[in-house]
Amino acid sequence: MVAHRSLSQIFAAPLVIAIVSTVGLVSALVGDGWWDAVSWAALGLPVLLYLLFVWRRRPN
Amino acid sequence: MTATTKSLRRWSAVHKWTSLICTLFMLLLCTTGLPLIFHDEIDDLLHSSVKPAEAPAGTPPANLDHLLANALAQAPGKVPHFLIWDRDEPGAIWVSVGPTIDANPVNNLLIRMDTLTGAYLDSPDVTGRFTYIMLKLHTDMFAGLPGKLFLGLMGILFCVAIISGIVVYAPSMRKLRFGAYRAQRTRVVRWLDVHNLAGILLVAWTLVVGFTGVINTWADLVLKMWQFGQLAEMTAQYKDRPVPSKLTSLNGAVEVARHAVPGMTPSFVAFPGTLFSSKSHYAVFLHGDTPLTSRLLKPALIDAETGTLTDSRDMPWYVSTLYISQPLHFGDYGGMPLKIAWALLDILTIFILVTGVYLWMRRRKAGVSQERAIANAAAIDNPALTS
Repeated sequence: MVAHRSLSQIFAAPLVIAIVSTVGLVSALVGDGWWDAVSWAALGLPVLLYLLFVWRRRPN
Repeated sequence: MTATTKSLRRWSAVHKWTSLICTLFMLLLCTTGLPLIFHDEIDDLLHSSVKPAEAPAGTPPANLDHLLANALAQAPGKVPHFLIWDRDEPGAIWVSVGPTIDANPVNNLLIRMDTLTGAYLDSPDVTGRFTYIMLKLHTDMFAGLPGKLFLGLMGILFCVAIISGIVVYAPSMRKLRFGAYRAQRTRVVRWLDVHNLAGILLVAWTLVVGFTGVINTWADLVLKMWQFGQLAEMTAQYKDRPVPSKLTSLNGAVEVARHAVPGMTPSFVAFPGTLFSSKSHYAVFLHGDTPLTSRLLKPALIDAETGTLTDSRDMPWYVSTLYISQPLHFGDYGGMPLKIAWALLDILTIFILVTGVYLWMRRRKAGVSQERAIANAAAIDNPALTS
């Protein structure tokens, strides 16, 4: 538990992830090769973070 | 009750009801959408097809008139509607034929032809395929345009549910770090954390895929708009002309179009009298060669009697919007790794839907309204819920 968080604290990380996802969604449309790779990484990020957060605190 | 609490209650009511109404259909869309991401791979695995002839690089393609005649020989009494270059298999061209020129193309026979030799390959009946059934369930639930528009409406509710979900995320997280997962707590708490975490991580993706899906349900209407708008304008001078008695060379028409729109590649030809053309023109649709411009089509209208160019214009914004929304919905524009990312995100979306329904049922059983639970984040620590 942490102290009462402000809206900007709550939404800072989600905002960054939303921007990264959007870059990923657009990037593969713009070009091939590296552009595709950016897309894979950016859209893989939410999945990776999900697994990370859930597994890290899994009950033993 | 403070104004903030009041407005939060309103937002959580919006989140609850939009979610509840669309969840069942969203589950259908997510589960049928999952195999559709890999429809090419599944079709290749389940169905065999005749391979086009091997030819050294640089072999010129067959004359299209010759190819068309070979295709029509396979379907006596039928008339051609469309000639389509296969996006993924450059060795194949599809000829779509129907009983009459104004018959509904949905029921057309598709004939697959060899691009280089112009010979007949096969004409698979796709309607019995697993991917076809998934596609029909996904696009209109076998209910035609009303089914499509209905699913579009569910998509709009889904988008509203996501946006209201962002609002109600805040009170839930007031005392928690980003990504909190309270593994030691009861299931209702854990699932709330999973729901919040996956929901907020996927916001951009679910909104984009959801909204582009909604735009796709309007495809038929967009086509009609284009037909009565730009197409009618481009062919206004032909309005009262009789239908040409004999069509000029298809191959010639495609060549004229190629020269009229340099740097673009033909994607498909609509024959005179079909939905995509006037009764007096071949409409040759060309595409560019980057991932983005390959989705944007530009029509060149070729007079089917004289074989000369009538007009070629960029399509209006509403058609371009539809074309760009397609890859963003299908996830087919960045190779296999992007498809895999799409599939994983889709599975996580199913998680969000299932945990959402579970949370609603638990709160109902515990007699704690969703609105109160969210408006007053402390309610989650209510013994009635966590016992």
